Amino acid sequence: MRWDWVTTHLDDIGSATREHVVFTVVATLIGLAISFPLALAARRWRWLATPVLSTTGILYTIPSLALFGLLTPWTGLSRTTAIIGLVTYTLLILIRNIVTGLDGVAPEVREAATAMGFGPLRRLLRIELPLAAPVIVAGVRIAVVTTIGLVTVTAYIGQGGLGRLILDGLTRDFRTPLVVGSVLSVALAVLADVGLAALQRRLTPWGDHGVRATQADHGVRATQAGG
Amino acid sequence: MSFWSGVWDWFTSASSWEGNAGAIHRLGEHVAMSGASVLVAAAIALPLGIWLGHTGRGGTIAINASNVGRAIPSFAILVIAAQLWGIGWKPAFIALVSLAVPPMVTNAYVGLREVDADVRESARGMGMTGAQSLWRVELPVALPVVLAGVRTAAVQVVATATLAALVAWGGLGRFIVDGTAQRDFVQVFAGAVLVAALAIVTELALAGLQRLIVPAPLRRRDKERDKPFTGLAADPQPG
Repeated sequence: MRWDWVTTHLDDIGSATREHVVFTVVATLIGLAISFPLALAARRWRWLATPVLSTTGILYTIPSLALFGLLTPWTGLSRTTAIIGLVTYTLLILIRNIVTGLDGVAPEVREAATAMGFGPLRRLLRIELPLAAPVIVAGVRIAVVTTIGLVTVTAYIGQGGLGRLILDGLTRDFRTPLVVGSVLSVALAVLADVGLAALQRRLTPWGDHGVRATQADHGVRATQAGG
Repeated sequence: MSFWSGVWDWFTSASSWEGNAGAIHRLGEHVAMSGASVLVAAAIALPLGIWLGHTGRGGTIAINASNVGRAIPSFAILVIAAQLWGIGWKPAFIALVSLAVPPMVTNAYVGLREVDADVRESARGMGMTGAQSLWRVELPVALPVVLAGVRTAAVQVVATATLAALVAWGGLGRFIVDGTAQRDFVQVFAGAVLVAALAIVTELALAGLQRLIVPAPLRRRDKERDKPFTGLAADPQPG
């Protein structure tokens, strides 16, 4: 480790970190904007669920370097390519969790809401989404942590946030930026994970602390949640 | 020559496929490296995860193993391995093994813990020893979840083996990496198609294999799309 490199490159490190966060936030928000309507549609028209989940599942299987490669004929080595790729990987996680989260709302609760005069939209916003929130936020948490890891790969198409430091260290065979980039990227992921886990608990005031607590309580009984 | 006819020419010319830098050789490297990594990782992870799950020990570590794995970018693992072990096949192999271990440990543990306590007790009540109960009752019941972990790990290894081209190893990733370096986007695209196809074929083949191995009454437990991502069992992860 050359600490003098760190002190003279604080600006670079700062801007790489900022870029990393921006990429992650933008990709997750676009991912949510696409996933919500698709998940709601898949619930409204059940036959849609299979094509939506298998298509996003296949996209999810494509290795990131290949996905960026497949996009280059259209968007080149650009920021757009990076964002499209990152958004793609959030879809399966978010859609699956939104669907299973909403499916986990007990039918009696839904009926009670209808009986109290809630229309479909108000029932969704006021009853179903809050009850599904722990599972949905669990999905957001995993999507964010996954995206933070994948942003490093976008360094290869000339983007990359902290991945740029890693690639720079690799090509120059210079360990310091490589270690700084890796450590900060892991730190970001851990920070996001802890922060979103806290949010998940806040959103569950009835004490069923989402997926994590439910499973801990039952000695990790099942990977199913909210059901 | 347009881009797409270039792609067509790439796929139809023999020189793309033959020789030491050809697609067939690269595919062989990719599959051999991935297969070896998964086998070695399974030999380490499955006994460990099954033992932890059977005894109920080390739960926190087993459960969080794949969560920690997710936080560390596979790209960083590869690059750090290259720093420690030089470039070539060795860092790639070590990185891929270390990527494949956590999801397999987690799923083996979770699978074993998920076995109904009543089932476990019945086995003991029938006079089975701990080992008999493990082999004849708990493992078969846990099989779908254990195998799902192997599949998750294998698909991730195939994906990440692409990145191994960045640390100067072969495999199909070479076309993408060399193509980018030479600004030869036809080669990048062709390589990307091959890599994507291999990953998808691996996923489907392993899903089929899982169906063959798991007894029919237990299959329902692995209805993939009904499961939300939890971060607790080994959720699939892109590479």
